[in-house]
Amino acid sequence: MSAIIILLISAILVNNFVLVQFLGLCPFMGSSNKIETAIGMSAATTFVLTLASMVSYLVYQYLLIPLDIAWLRTIAFIVVIAALVNFTEILMLKTSPLLHKVLGIFLPLITTNCAVLGVALLNINAGNSFVESAFYGFGAALGFSLVLILFAALREKLNLADIPAPFQGASIAMITAALMSLAFMGFTGLV
Amino acid sequence: MKKDLKNISSQALWHNNPALVQLLGLCPLLAVSSSVVNAVGLALATIMVLVCSNLLVSLIRHQVTDAIRLPAFVLIIAGFVTCVELLLQAFAYSLYLSIGIFIPLIVTNCAILGRAVSFAAKNTPLISAFDGLMTGLGFGLVLLALGAVRELIGTGALFANMELLLPFTENWELSILPGYPGFLLALLPPGAFLFMGLLLALKNLIDKQVAEKDLKDIESELGSTATHTQN
Repeated sequence: MSAIIILLISAILVNNFVLVQFLGLCPFMGSSNKIETAIGMSAATTFVLTLASMVSYLVYQYLLIPLDIAWLRTIAFIVVIAALVNFTEILMLKTSPLLHKVLGIFLPLITTNCAVLGVALLNINAGNSFVESAFYGFGAALGFSLVLILFAALREKLNLADIPAPFQGASIAMITAALMSLAFMGFTGLV
Repeated sequence: MKKDLKNISSQALWHNNPALVQLLGLCPLLAVSSSVVNAVGLALATIMVLVCSNLLVSLIRHQVTDAIRLPAFVLIIAGFVTCVELLLQAFAYSLYLSIGIFIPLIVTNCAILGRAVSFAAKNTPLISAFDGLMTGLGFGLVLLALGAVRELIGTGALFANMELLLPFTENWELSILPGYPGFLLALLPPGAFLFMGLLLALKNLIDKQVAEKDLKDIESELGSTATHTQN
């Protein structure tokens, strides 16, 4: 149990996916203009990321390894992720149209979120078990959500700030992310 | 034709640069720019995938229907990425280890899928391959600039360990600032965000000055013609 908690803390804070490992930066920059958008993106990503890390573990262990085609994992995982995203969208549409209305527009974007493919690959590289993979994916998603929502809150404030002309837009967002990343470096050595 | 090529190059390298303007492929850009050798390695891999995928997508553009367009393109890209991954494993294994998971993650570099959908699916093979080359170069040059700045400020040297990529470049390391104590922050993740932010600001500044200069040229031209007509 304690191993799982350490795994979660490590994925959320110490090796934060966005600020320390540079995964999932496109949605981090792209959907952080408003807090509502950030929350929607976080919820959709958390769901898909956890599911994807479990399914890709199963595909790798019970399909790719027995067939001795582990080198095809990149292609296999991207297919799994795309299929999962599609499946989630259909499931959501049938069971809860309201949820689909809120989160639906974020789903197609998740296929090209490198954090999802990244978690699947990192799980393989670290030799995680099925349960560990699931929790690592969940922790990664929580870390992503935490940082995305914090960053969206900062950017809403930034819109009102007086920024020198060349730094306006993406530039000041990057520098804000640098300061956040610096703060997260403080968690190094926690686990 | 010549004008087309020139237009593609200027769009990809500056005005619509995938990394600086469209902010695509940020993850590998920031993660792999801690040294020049990693930056060059990833840039070459990305260029290779972009040229090949654009060429193939353009060749099959009439056969692929709209419904399966995206999955087909993603699979083509994933196929070429796997080829590059295997090539690197065979010929530059230590570089492959040092770039790590960002080699397979080239698949999710939106710049590549973006070019396939918006350019290669609508144009002839040769010009698509050229567009892939230029977009790759635009991305690679930003990666190289960021890598060089971070390595120089972080360690005071340039081109360390270049032999990982090209065997004949041993002893290419240049100590530009001998006795420099090093600035670890530039090599750590916050440094990547910080220098990328400064790079974006620099581009904005240059664009603004060019625009002001153009405006002045037009104004002085207008002024001279106005005086001519008065005379």
